[in-house]
Amino acid sequence: MSVRRIMGTETEFGISVPGQPGANPMLTSSQVVNGYAQTQPLARKTRWDFDEEHPLRDARGFDLSREVADSSQLTDEETGLANVILTNGARLYVDHAHPEYSAPETTNPRDAVVWDKAGELVIMEGARQARLIPGAPQLNLYKNNTDNKGASYGSHENYLMRRSTPFASIVRHLTPFFVSRQVVTGAGRVGIGQDGAAHGFQISQRADYFEVEVGLETTLKRPIINTRDEPHANPDRYRRLHVIIGDANLSEISTYLKVGTTSLVLAMIEDGWLTDDLGVDRPVSALHEVSHDASCTHLLTLKDGRKITAVQLQAEYLEQARKYVEDKYGDDADRQTKDVLHRWEQILDQLAIDPMKLSDQLDWVAKYKLLQQYRDRDGLEWDDPKLHLIDLQYADLRPDKGLYYRLVKSNRMQRIVTDEEIRMAVAHPPTDTRAYFRGRCMQQYAPQVAAASWDSVIFDLPGKESLQRIPTLDPLRGTKAHVGALLDQCDTASDLVRTITGGAAG
Amino acid sequence: MAKDGGQQHKQSKRSSTEEEVEQVEASEDVQERKERLDEDVDSILDEIDEVLEENAEEFVRGFVQKGGE
Repeated sequence: MSVRRIMGTETEFGISVPGQPGANPMLTSSQVVNGYAQTQPLARKTRWDFDEEHPLRDARGFDLSREVADSSQLTDEETGLANVILTNGARLYVDHAHPEYSAPETTNPRDAVVWDKAGELVIMEGARQARLIPGAPQLNLYKNNTDNKGASYGSHENYLMRRSTPFASIVRHLTPFFVSRQVVTGAGRVGIGQDGAAHGFQISQRADYFEVEVGLETTLKRPIINTRDEPHANPDRYRRLHVIIGDANLSEISTYLKVGTTSLVLAMIEDGWLTDDLGVDRPVSALHEVSHDASCTHLLTLKDGRKITAVQLQAEYLEQARKYVEDKYGDDADRQTKDVLHRWEQILDQLAIDPMKLSDQLDWVAKYKLLQQYRDRDGLEWDDPKLHLIDLQYADLRPDKGLYYRLVKSNRMQRIVTDEEIRMAVAHPPTDTRAYFRGRCMQQYAPQVAAASWDSVIFDLPGKESLQRIPTLDPLRGTKAHVGALLDQCDTASDLVRTITGGAAG
Repeated sequence: MAKDGGQQHKQSKRSSTEEEVEQVEASEDVQERKERLDEDVDSILDEIDEVLEENAEEFVRGFVQKGGE
C-alpha cells in the first residue's frame, strides 16, 4: 500500500453566540444543522441507521458493557438531535454540544483535504441559513479544538486497515509517530494546560487533553491510541482505525500531510516493515513536552536510551517510508505518495533549521508568527487577551473575520487544492467509494430515503410495507464505475431497488 | 599594533576599507530587506487590526464550549 487507502475526517466545530456565553449549544448546533438541511433536496429528515454502529466495541477484543459506559459514549442511541445525510455523502449532525461534519469516505490524502475543506463551507452555509430565521442570533463557528477553559472537542481521522494486523503492533509503532507528528500537524494554541492557566504558546491544540496511552474513551481520559472498533465494513477483513489525537487544521498542507504520512505509516505497519522500536519513554508526558516547545529542540528519550527531537523522530519514520516505497514500488510509486514523501522531507528539513520559515505552510507556525509579530509591535505578554483572541480568531470560519482566511487572501498561505474543487465537493460525493452511491441517492431519491449510514441506504418505497435496506458494506463498491450508469437510468427509487434486487416483487 | 611594519599596515588598512565598503553594501541589502519585511509585517498587522473583535478580553471570556467527541 501507499498513501492511498479508505480514509476520512470528522470535525466538531466550536460554536458561540457573541455576548451570550450561556447559549444552549445543543440548540445552536441544531440550528446550524437544520439550517443546512434547508439547502438539501426536499429537506426530508433522513434518519441515521444505527444497525451497524458499535461504539463500545473495543479493538482489543471485548465489548464494554452498557452499565459501565459513560452516557457520552452511547452515540448509537437516537438522541432526537438534528442529523442530515448530504448529497456529497457526508453526515452533518449534532454531536453532544457541537455541530459535526463527517466527511465522506475518500481514497487518498488530496481528496480527504477537498472534502474536509468542503465541511467548512457546509458549516458556514448552515450558520447563514440559521440566521435567516427572524429573531435568530448570530452564530460564530470555529474550526478549533478547545475553549482554553478546560473543554476540548475533537477532529478525528479514520483509516481502513487490514483486520489481520495485530493491534499491538499498531500501538507499538503508531504511538511514537503520534507523539512527534504534531510538529507538522499542530494548529497552535495560546495557553498551557487543559484550562490554559499557564501562559505561553504551544504547538498543538489537543496535546494537553491526552492522559493515557491506549483506551476506548474519547471524552474523558483521552488515549493517544483509540481502540474503538467499528469498521463500518466487513469486520472479518477490516478494522477502522479511529484517530482522535489530531488538531483541526485549516491549512490544506497540514491536513494533507496529517492523513498522508499517517496512511504511509499504517501501510508500513500492515506490511510488517517497521522492525525498529522507536518507542518513547513516558509517551503521554513526551506528547505534552513536544507541544510546549515551539523551538522544536526538546529532546525525547527513546526506550533504547537515545535522545532525539520530535523532528528527528519524524525523520526516522520518513527514512523508513522512503525505503519502504522504494522497495515496494521503485519509480512506479503513485504521484501522491511521491509528493507526500517529498513535502514531508522538505518540512522536516526546515523544522530542523528554522521552523518560522514554514509560516506559509503549517497552521501552528502561521499562528505563532502572527502572535510573535503582535508581541514585538505591541509588547504583549502571553497572558494578553489580544493574543488569546488571535488564537481563537485564526479558526473563525467567517471569510472576512477568520485570520487563516485573511492570510490565504493575502497570499501568505500556500494551497494545494482549488476553490472550485471545494465548491464541487460541497454538493457532490467522491466518485471512487461507496459515498458516491449514498450521495447520489440523496441527490435523486431523498424523499424515499428513510435512513442511511456509512454501510447502508434504506428506502421507504410507495406500495411497500417493509423498508428496503441496500447494504454498502464494501467501501470500494458503489462507485461511479459500478453504479453511475445504473443511477442515471433509474428515475425513481423503486426502479433502483427493483433493478438492484434483480427484479424481485416491484 | 603600532609596531607593525608600514607595508603590512597599509595592506590591512586597504583591506579594511574594502571590507567597510562591502559591509556598507551588505548592510544596505539587509536594510532594504528588513524594510521590505517590516512593511510586510506592518501591512498584515494593519489588516488584522481591522478585523479583530473589538473587546478582546470580553470576547475571549465569552467563548465557552462544552467538551465533545
